[in-house]
Amino acid sequence: MPHRKVGCGPRTIGHAVVNGVARLGYASRFFLMTLISSGASFRRIHLTIREIYFSGVMSLIIILVSGLFVGMVLGLQGYETLQKYGSESALGSLVALSLVRELGPVLAALLFASRAGSAITAEIGLMKATEQLSAMEMMAVDPISRVVAPRFWAGVISMPLLAAMFSAIGVFGGYLVGVVFIGVDVGAFWSQMEAAVDFRQDIVNGVIKSVVFGIAVTAIALFEGYDAPPTAEGVSHATTRTVVTSALVVLGLDFILTVFMFRGV
Amino acid sequence: MERTTLDMWVGAFVVGGVIALLILAFKVGNLGGYDGSKTYKVYGEFDNIGGLKIKAPVKSAGVVVGRVSAIKFDNKTFRANVEMRLSQNHQFPKDTSAAILTSGLLGEQYIGLEAGGDEENMKDGDKFKLTQSAMVLEQLIGQALFNKAADEGGDKKTAQDGNKKDVVK
Repeated sequence: MPHRKVGCGPRTIGHAVVNGVARLGYASRFFLMTLISSGASFRRIHLTIREIYFSGVMSLIIILVSGLFVGMVLGLQGYETLQKYGSESALGSLVALSLVRELGPVLAALLFASRAGSAITAEIGLMKATEQLSAMEMMAVDPISRVVAPRFWAGVISMPLLAAMFSAIGVFGGYLVGVVFIGVDVGAFWSQMEAAVDFRQDIVNGVIKSVVFGIAVTAIALFEGYDAPPTAEGVSHATTRTVVTSALVVLGLDFILTVFMFRGV
Repeated sequence: MERTTLDMWVGAFVVGGVIALLILAFKVGNLGGYDGSKTYKVYGEFDNIGGLKIKAPVKSAGVVVGRVSAIKFDNKTFRANVEMRLSQNHQFPKDTSAAILTSGLLGEQYIGLEAGGDEENMKDGDKFKLTQSAMVLEQLIGQALFNKAADEGGDKKTAQDGNKKDVVK
C-alpha cells in the first residue's frame, strides 16, 4: 500500500473509488462468464445436484426453525395489535401477507447468505488459496464451468424453494399461535387469508423476489470467493464481505422490487 | 452409492419446496377457491363504489359466485362502471339487483346480488338495472346529523309554533 502516508486522504478516496468501479466491472464480467459457461452444470447435472445438497438441503433446518418462530411471533404480535380494533379474525391475512410478500423471501435470503453464501465463499477462496483452481486450468478444465456455475445454479434453484418453505411453515406457526394457543376462530383465520392473498399479485411476486435474491446472494458469494486474496486473512475478509454485501444488496433490491410490484394500487 | 442418498435428499428437498409452493397457492392464496375458467361478464353502474377493488368477491346469499374483473369511470354519465365475471354455474334473473356491501365493520367491500323474479336469465354483457352504491361514512354521518336536526326542529316547532325555516338551519 503506497498511499498510507499522512495527508493522502483525497488520494485514498480516489483509489477506493477507482478500485470499487474496477471491482464492479470485474464482478460483472465474472457474472457474465458464469452465465455463458453454465451449460456444463446442466449437462452434468450431478454437479449441480451435489451443490443443491450442500447449499439447499443443509440450510433446511435453519430455514424451517426460523420460519416457524417468525410465524409464531407474527401471530402473537399481530393478535396483540389487531384485538385492539376487534379484528383479530384478520390475523390470518396479516401473517400470510407479511410472510409471502416480504419476510419469507427476505429472511430466507439473509439466512441463506449467512448459511450457504459464506460457505461457498470460504470454499472457493480456499480452493484458490491452495491453487486447486490453477491446477484445474493446467488440466484444461475451466474452473468457472466446473466449480462456479454449478454452485450458482444450485443457489438460484434452492433459494425460491427455501423461501416457499419458510413462508409455508411461517403460516403454520402463525396458525399454531393464533388458532391453537390464543383461540382465534379457525374458519375466519383461513378464509380471511384466502380472501386477502392473491396468487398472481402476492405469491408469484414473492417467488420472483426470492429468485432475484438467490441470483444476487449466490453471485456475490461466488465472486467474493473467486476474488479473495489467496491468504487465510483474505479468505476470512471475503467471507465477512459476502455476508455484509449480500445483506445490503438483498434489502436494497427488496425495496426496488417492492416499488415495482406493490404500488399501493 | 453415496450419490444415490445425495440424490434422494435433493429430490426430497425439491419436492418439499414444491409442496410448500402448492400449499401457498391453494391453501393460503385464492387459486383453489374459485374456478375462473367458465365465466360470463355482467356490468353494473354505480354512483359511488367506495373502496371496492378489482378481484373483490361477488356474492349472492353470502356465497361467492364471481369476482370483480374491472372498474372503469364512465366519462359521459360520471358513474363507475364495474365489470364482473360470474361463474357459468350460477345464472341470475334479468331483474337481479347489485349492491356494494361491506363484510364486518371495517372489512373488505364486496358486491351482493339479490336475485329477482324475471323468467329470463342474464346473458354475457348484460347490465344490472338496479344498483345500490357503497355507503360512505361521511354521507352517513351527515344524514344522521341532518335527521337529528330535523327531529329537534320538529320538537321545537310543536313547542313554540315557530316557523320551520329558522330551526332547520
